[in-house]
Amino acid sequence: MIRFSHVYKSYPNGALALKDVTFRVSKGEFVFLTGHSGAGKSTIMKLLFAEQRPTAGEVRVSGYIANSLKADEVPKLRRRLGVVFQDFRLLEDRTAGENIAFALEVTGARTDTIAARVMRVLTQVGLSAKSRAYPRELSGGEQQRVAIARALVNDPAILVADEPTGNLDERATRGVFQLLRDINAGGTVVVMATHDLDLVRQTNYRTIELREGSVVYDSAVDEADTVGAQ
Amino acid sequence: MRLLTREALLSFRRAPLLSTLSVTTIAFSLFTIGLFGLVAINLREALRGLEERVEIVAFVLRGTPAETITLASQDIAAFPEVQDVNFVTEQQALARARAELVEFKDAYRDLQVNPLPASIEVRMKQGQRDAATVDRVAERLRGFGFVDDVRYGREWVQRLDQLRNVTGLVGLVIGLAFAAVAVVIIGVTIRLTILQRAREISIMRLVGATNWFVRGPFLLEGAIKGFLGGLLSLLLCYAGYLLFHDNGGGPFGGLIFFGPQQMLLILVFGVLLGLGGSLVSVGRHLRHV
Ligand SMILES: Nc1ncnc2c1ncn2[C@@H]1O[C@H](COP(=O)(O)OP(=O)(O)OP(=O)(O)O)[C@@H](O)[C@H]1O
Ligand SMILES: [Mg+2]
Repeated sequence: MIRFSHVYKSYPNGALALKDVTFRVSKGEFVFLTGHSGAGKSTIMKLLFAEQRPTAGEVRVSGYIANSLKADEVPKLRRRLGVVFQDFRLLEDRTAGENIAFALEVTGARTDTIAARVMRVLTQVGLSAKSRAYPRELSGGEQQRVAIARALVNDPAILVADEPTGNLDERATRGVFQLLRDINAGGTVVVMATHDLDLVRQTNYRTIELREGSVVYDSAVDEADTVGAQ
Repeated sequence: MRLLTREALLSFRRAPLLSTLSVTTIAFSLFTIGLFGLVAINLREALRGLEERVEIVAFVLRGTPAETITLASQDIAAFPEVQDVNFVTEQQALARARAELVEFKDAYRDLQVNPLPASIEVRMKQGQRDAATVDRVAERLRGFGFVDDVRYGREWVQRLDQLRNVTGLVGLVIGLAFAAVAVVIIGVTIRLTILQRAREISIMRLVGATNWFVRGPFLLEGAIKGFLGGLLSLLLCYAGYLLFHDNGGGPFGGLIFFGPQQMLLILVFGVLLGLGGSLVSVGRHLRHV
């Protein structure tokens, strides 16, 4: 589903955000990206949904090679991904339902199917009663659930979540995390960047740790090595 | 499609002042072009009437035999620029003078010798009545040995020609200046809208909206403004037209207004103006969102 091969990324200001990053994510996986602030987690996310292009190396996502993506292929790739951020990125002047419908309208979905699809994902995230609430009327956890519902409404193969619990208290964090686990259990690949090591330790999902732009630990590779060495 | 039009129309509510300003500048641009255009087409109309009467008169030397003149007339009639040729004998000239100049009727009746020369009147074909062609034909007439003098309204033909060209040019220059201002103002409006809506646009992109989908409302917005501007300019032109036309009778009695094709042209030009302004601005500013 995802393959990074010797990926380097430097920003126009000269900052080298990624150095020789190689990993691969298969169908059905749940992957944590961890590392200190500035380690390059968000940069990997941006490469995944083609907001940034790699400086060197190759990024493959869901059958697309992100390096050479043409302008009209970027939207196609993004429709196969769901993206969630720490700051929710909801439109304040639209209700929860309208925010989700927006993602469908924008991709030219048939108007008569929109209402049903919005209701389905709202139910999935447990907010079917809040369809008409505006973001300011929702708690942080609820807003993030709306954002996740919006990410899910196009039935993505991969859900990319950049510190989705970064702004949430413990209880809301647990709720959102459980939701992501359920989504993964349904077959969707989830890539989640996080600072929250408690969350990482709770489960034995695969973890990739970055330090100053390099992968310093990948549980899928290193644990296999450790086992092999014994 | 509904989303597209809704977004496009929303811009009028989001930036009412700038939107009105865009429409007004487009209207003024087209109004200027239109006004000078009206003057130009009315001048052309007037010229057409006058040009009907453009003729070259070649006065014939006294004592030239009639056959020579008849033959020469046939030659002249065969010139490609010439519509028809009319030979006026000395007697006919006198008769005309008597009929037209009633005050001198008595004087002419008492004459012993006819003082008026015979003449050949040449009328030019339509489309050949410009100063240069008239000049050329006059020159050839002078070449006939029996022709004493050639007269034609060369001066005013040239001047009307120039007047028409200058009017058209001045209108175009001022109109284009206004058009440039209109494009800039549309650009500023769109830049503002894009800044206002940067968040919304980035979310649109994130969930997979195509570039054209993002641009669509802005382009439609520009086109609508251009259309409204064109419509307003036609109204202004019509008001200006009525102002002169209603005085009736006077020198402006027979004024004409644009035909449907010309009105359509103005509207199309307005739409293109609005579309152009937004296309330039959208291309430049959307990249940074
Ligand atoms: N748009 C940008 N322009 C220039 N430099 C950038 C840009 N985005 C990130 N960087 C730099 O790239 C490096 C990695 O940034 P990145 O955002 O990927 O880190 P992160 O791991 O997500 O950090 P955090 O945990 O704070 O979100 C940092 O040094 C940062 O300064
Ligand atoms: Mg980050």
